[in-house]
Amino acid sequence: MTAIVGALVEPGQAGSPRPLSQGSEWTFELIQTYDEAISQVAREYGLDTYPNQIEVITSEQMLDAYASAGLPIGYPHWSYGKEFIRNEQFYRRGMQGLAYEIVINSNPCIAYLMEENSMTMQALVIAHACYGHNSFFKGNYLFRQWTDADSVLDYLVFARKYVMDCEDRHGIDAVESLLDSCHALSLHGVDRYKRPAPVSYKEEAARQAEREEHARLQYNDLWRTLPRLETEKTPEAARAVFPPEPEENLLYFIEKYSPRLEPWQKELVRIVRKIAQYFYPQSQTKVMNEGWATFWHYTILNRLHEKGLVNDGFMMEFLQSHTNVVSQRGFDERGYSGINPYALGFAMMSDIRRICQSPTDEDRRWFPDIAGADWLKTLDFAMRNFKDESFISQYLSPRLMREFRFFAISDHEANPKLEVAAIHDDEGYRDIRRLLAAQHNRDNLVPDIQVIRYNRDSDRSLVLRHLKSRGRPLASEDAEQVMKHLARLWGFRVRLEETEPDGTVSSYREQDPPPRP
Amino acid sequence: MNSLIDRRLNGRNKSAVNRERFLRRYKQQIRKAVGDMVRDRSIEDMDRGGEINLPARDISEPHFRHGPGGDREIVHPGNREFAKGDTFDRPSGGQGEGGSEPGEGESVDQFTFSLSRAEFLSLFFDDLELPHLARTQLGDVSQTKWQRAGYTTTGSPSLLSVNRTLRASLARRVSLGMRANTGLEEAQARLDEAIEAGRPEAELEALRQTVAEWTTRAKRVPFLDDMDLRYRHRVAVAAPVARAVMFCLMDVSGSMDENKKDLAKRFYTLLYLFLSRKYEHVDVVFIRHTDNAEEVDEQTFFYDPKSGGTIVLSALELMRDIMEKRYPPSAWNIYAAQASDGDSFGADAGKSARFLAEHLLPATRYFAYIEIPDSQEARKSSLWAEYEQKLEPHFVMRRICDRGEIYPVFHDLFKKEAV
Repeated sequence: MTAIVGALVEPGQAGSPRPLSQGSEWTFELIQTYDEAISQVAREYGLDTYPNQIEVITSEQMLDAYASAGLPIGYPHWSYGKEFIRNEQFYRRGMQGLAYEIVINSNPCIAYLMEENSMTMQALVIAHACYGHNSFFKGNYLFRQWTDADSVLDYLVFARKYVMDCEDRHGIDAVESLLDSCHALSLHGVDRYKRPAPVSYKEEAARQAEREEHARLQYNDLWRTLPRLETEKTPEAARAVFPPEPEENLLYFIEKYSPRLEPWQKELVRIVRKIAQYFYPQSQTKVMNEGWATFWHYTILNRLHEKGLVNDGFMMEFLQSHTNVVSQRGFDERGYSGINPYALGFAMMSDIRRICQSPTDEDRRWFPDIAGADWLKTLDFAMRNFKDESFISQYLSPRLMREFRFFAISDHEANPKLEVAAIHDDEGYRDIRRLLAAQHNRDNLVPDIQVIRYNRDSDRSLVLRHLKSRGRPLASEDAEQVMKHLARLWGFRVRLEETEPDGTVSSYREQDPPPRP
Repeated sequence: MNSLIDRRLNGRNKSAVNRERFLRRYKQQIRKAVGDMVRDRSIEDMDRGGEINLPARDISEPHFRHGPGGDREIVHPGNREFAKGDTFDRPSGGQGEGGSEPGEGESVDQFTFSLSRAEFLSLFFDDLELPHLARTQLGDVSQTKWQRAGYTTTGSPSLLSVNRTLRASLARRVSLGMRANTGLEEAQARLDEAIEAGRPEAELEALRQTVAEWTTRAKRVPFLDDMDLRYRHRVAVAAPVARAVMFCLMDVSGSMDENKKDLAKRFYTLLYLFLSRKYEHVDVVFIRHTDNAEEVDEQTFFYDPKSGGTIVLSALELMRDIMEKRYPPSAWNIYAAQASDGDSFGADAGKSARFLAEHLLPATRYFAYIEIPDSQEARKSSLWAEYEQKLEPHFVMRRICDRGEIYPVFHDLFKKEAV
């Protein structure tokens, strides 16, 4: 036995450097050493990252961090308590291990290491979080567009303080019920497209001057002699529909126009909206983000092994953990819970590298532009410019579909039975890829609900429209509940119309706000 | 560029406030669950924490989402034998991972979590109070309490206040050392001047003498002097307290079968937990009686099996004796709870009721009588009938037939009076 262990632990060939450590104990110096080694490898591969702030915490603190969705600072709310209790329960019973790491999209990028982990796991987490996720946060277009890594921590501190001040001033119950209502609408509190920045006074003045100048240049006294057309404003035009364009960000609309909310309440709506927006990119890049980080911890640690900086025992432990992370169960196996984003993401990232380095004929047919290209550049491009949906429809290869043995089930209301729509064969590749991409499209998962009318001059009621896609109705029990929350926020009657794709309203639900005390 | 921080020593209970919010929000449901839990427990672990189940639906957080119906496709991994165009029935029940029929066979998931002992008890006795507790009457009954009262110059070394002592020392050194230090500076300056001017050696020697003198004077101011010492001062303050005693009277005669005794003991366990948790200054006296009464300790009261005949009066008499000897009503708030199945022989019931009305009720603040009949339909017992005639505002009677009723009755008896 000892002989075998000895053989495994034997450092690499003559001339290679000694391993950074032996055994599984970690120390702060060792973490520092590993971090430097990993950072050097990451630089070799050209990963661009924010500076890292690595924090060592206990498992209890990890549970705390879990409960607030990984935010280091959260405002107090019962739902986080529920989440905490749930995780704690699972953890104590051994039903669920803790995630090895939590990483926060901020600048500097904060990563948590758990004190219970072995040195190998700490190194894995550093490679995964501090270089994988970190570079993704810095590079991906959605994160660049939607989150401001420099200020997020400050904003969270502000939000926490503001909520707690409100609790002091207006009572815990008032704040809690408002936050409940906002949370119910948080999926509909994000902007999917950037708003144009408001025009500054200076720009406005310049534009005005430009128009006047244009009018002056175009001046012709003759126009004055033309008889003016008598156009009376029709009553409909006078009572124009407000808002002029439908608004899909319900929380934004409430914050701006709610007739009943007080300023502090509007600020709370805004806080929930801002935090929802912060999570918006994360929900759309789960596969890519995890795939990218997993791919890089795998690549970086293998490179460390090649360099002789880690021994075989290290690699054994690492590979075991890695394999667990990227395992994908079949649909009929115990414990199947959908597609594992780590597995799919890692497979796709590795597959892109394979297509670049050793393409087959099939790859050349499917991916003529990347087959044989520089893999580092290709991967970097993919990481920067896609989200899950577009990433899958761009890069999922037939080979992977065969490996995962993907198949699509169609469930149509008109058909009493379920039908296999496509499988991993020549005929089905494109369908599978399209359907899998659509399955990762947030727009398909979140119902399309928009504000279409605010009856400002009559009863102040708010009218929303749910545009049904493919005949899928809202889950009615939940919808009733959310309508109550909506009515409470709006303060007047709220009406939600179910609209068919051709624009006809098929049904509606109405909710009056609770009577005011 | 990278930094490594050890946060393990930071607070670990960041989520405690959220947890407490959660309990606060679902207090009603949790309290109900706590009541159910107590019913099924053995007497020994009445006061443990425990697992609470809440229906998942009650605590769900709703969102707008798609419900069943309509058209959709779902991609799954792990195909074995399917080919395009295969059809099969929709899976029934929740296990079909199609994700398409969440509506069918909806299982009512339970949200389970555990309460600590402290949380459990605080929920349990949350809004209960001893009724009619009077404090003001008992001005002469006082208890001494130590209280801080500034600083003194004498005291025991354990009370030494280092901060204050050093502050005094610094002030003294500054004030006493002032003259010596100025003198020293002046002398030194004169000496330097003389050396520079090349004065004769004798004069320099005299000046050096003065410098040396001033140096010793400056040194003579000690760092710490006896007069610097300051001690934290504590004084005993007399604080009036309301003292209360609870008499627990239980019938353990033969007619009280195991089940009834269990009910009675459960009631008293609750009472005892309630008192020991809420009131530091409540004495509890346990009296059990068959045909004669005896005062017993807590352990015997709850766990010792004993039975015999029934004479209720004996317990009431013993209570009066103890009361007169140890707990004069003028100095104590007196409470009593009596549990019995109501059986009594001959004149015992009438005598007991009279004794109660004459000797005990005037002295007590609250007297609760719990009757545990054979069944819900059972006729009122003779004792009940006799007691009923003596009813007063601070004398209440309740019947308990079932474990489930204990907590509501208990709650009812000791509920906080509305302000």
